[in-house]
Amino acid sequence: MSKRIEVKDLNVYYGKFKAVEDVSLTIEPRTVTAFIGPSGCGKSTFLRTLNRMHEVIPGARVEGEVMIDGKNLYDADVDPVMVRRQVGMVFQRPNPFPTMSIADNVLAGVKLNNAKISKSDAEHLVEKSLKGANLWKEVKDRLNLPGSGLSGGQQQRLCIARAIAVSPEVILMDEPCSALDPISTLAIEDLIEELKAKYTIVIVTHNMQQASRVSDKTAFFNIAGTGEPGKLIEFDDTTTIFENPHVQATEDYISGRFG
Amino acid sequence: MSTEVERVTTSKRTLEPKVLWLTAAASFLVSLGVFVVLSMAGITSGFDIVATVLWSAFLYVALSYVMSRIVEGKRKATDRLVAGVVTSAFVIALLPLISLIYTTVADGLNRLDGTFFSSSMRNIVGEGGGGLHALIGTLEVTLAASIISIPIGIMTAIYLVEYGRGKLAQAVTFLIDVMTGIPSIVAGLFAFALFAIFFGPGIRFGIGGAVALSLLMIPVVVRSTEEMLKLVPNELREASYALGVPKWLTVVKVVLPTAIAGIITGVMIAISRIIGETAPLLIIAGLSTNMNYDLFNDRMTTLPVFVYTQYANPGRDAQAYLDRAWTGALVLILIVMALNIIARILAKVLAPKGQR
Repeated sequence: MSKRIEVKDLNVYYGKFKAVEDVSLTIEPRTVTAFIGPSGCGKSTFLRTLNRMHEVIPGARVEGEVMIDGKNLYDADVDPVMVRRQVGMVFQRPNPFPTMSIADNVLAGVKLNNAKISKSDAEHLVEKSLKGANLWKEVKDRLNLPGSGLSGGQQQRLCIARAIAVSPEVILMDEPCSALDPISTLAIEDLIEELKAKYTIVIVTHNMQQASRVSDKTAFFNIAGTGEPGKLIEFDDTTTIFENPHVQATEDYISGRFG
Repeated sequence: MSTEVERVTTSKRTLEPKVLWLTAAASFLVSLGVFVVLSMAGITSGFDIVATVLWSAFLYVALSYVMSRIVEGKRKATDRLVAGVVTSAFVIALLPLISLIYTTVADGLNRLDGTFFSSSMRNIVGEGGGGLHALIGTLEVTLAASIISIPIGIMTAIYLVEYGRGKLAQAVTFLIDVMTGIPSIVAGLFAFALFAIFFGPGIRFGIGGAVALSLLMIPVVVRSTEEMLKLVPNELREASYALGVPKWLTVVKVVLPTAIAGIITGVMIAISRIIGETAPLLIIAGLSTNMNYDLFNDRMTTLPVFVYTQYANPGRDAQAYLDRAWTGALVLILIVMALNIIARILAKVLAPKGQR
């Protein structure tokens, strides 16, 4: 199900402004990779280039290659819509569709695409996805109630259920816990641990304990100053980054000396 | 230290609500007395209820300020003064509306009968007759204008919010702003000039009126829909894109349903705006005393035009004409009210559920 992502010499621009410069890294299948770094260093921007979501912003463009199993996402014949069906995304703020019930939110990826699905298949998919997101027990009796009635942590897990319902290969998470309380955060972190068995997961986080808890590999991004592009400073095993980093800036950042 | 003491004393001494109510009652009675005396002495012609209310409001605001200043101190007094002024402004804004509805209902009820809804003005001079032809005309012309304007307006708004970038979108926005300010008579002249090209001068029919009205309606629909679409959080669009949903499906299935309640309200406001138009319809739809169900043939009267002609050209029994005019106005208000209620119910049913 999951795939290897190889990024080669990637530059990201917003109009004329270069937001991310020269990133090359390889993300192995069935691992959790964390991106850390100060605000504005381009880690979220870089994350969004992995499923071509940055194109939603007018003026954004990319140079370089993102290969998923040898296929460049930015080839002329690749449809960004198809990319996003393979590479799912969970956002910073939980964003269930307010017009839909809990079950419909899970089925959103199917229903919004006008795909036909039988009732029993739909029920099965809802149950499977909600169980996958550790939410089934809490909501199984109120599947037809609006998703916006859930708590923040439950909404975020609903968004994860929605993302895995379309059976992607990769799941990108953009600070998925920054709007949540510690208990909900723990629930999401446990979930990431379980999801790792099936999916390749990339997570952006400001919480370094979280990065060290959930990830196998960590990438540290930094920015030289305002208006300068963000750069990948160091990318290595999480234990190496946190215990024995090779670059001084990484050590300074994780030990809280700046940022 | 002194400020500390002052704060303690001011928080302890407050005006009781009972005292304020008594002040309000006293101000009303005083101004009532003054105006009754003035009208009895013949200085004003008749008793003036509006002036009475205005003066009692003014008196109350002034009195409560002075009393509060003495008892409660400066800050509370200012608070009461501003609250009083704001409330008075609200009452003043409401007075003409209440007066208008009262007059229309009182004068319109005279002819709100079966005959009004079952007959036209064909061969009527004097009493009797009705506004069925005008009612049908209003419903048909407004419906046709809505059918033209709502799709164009909503799609323009979708273009502006979801797709439009750069010069073209700016130009469209600018033109919409200009269209909002078009005097309605110009819209009528435009429709008349347009159809005169195809059907020769002197052309008058209902659909022409609908075209003129849609010219007035489109910018209102665009503006209100645009505002509603902008209110849809970008996160919902991104959530949909991230699921691999194409842009057009995102617009149709996520953005529009989320904004639908507001869009319906905006459309209803636009309909209310055009349903009372008179001038353009006088030019292009003409006026007629006959029943005419056909939008595409012959003159067609609408309720506002009906009210206007009844009032402007009374026949032998002038009161009968005035009564019909008032009833026509009342029916128009009732239609707008019914539309608003329907819109509210629809908006409530279709609005996104949940706590947000």
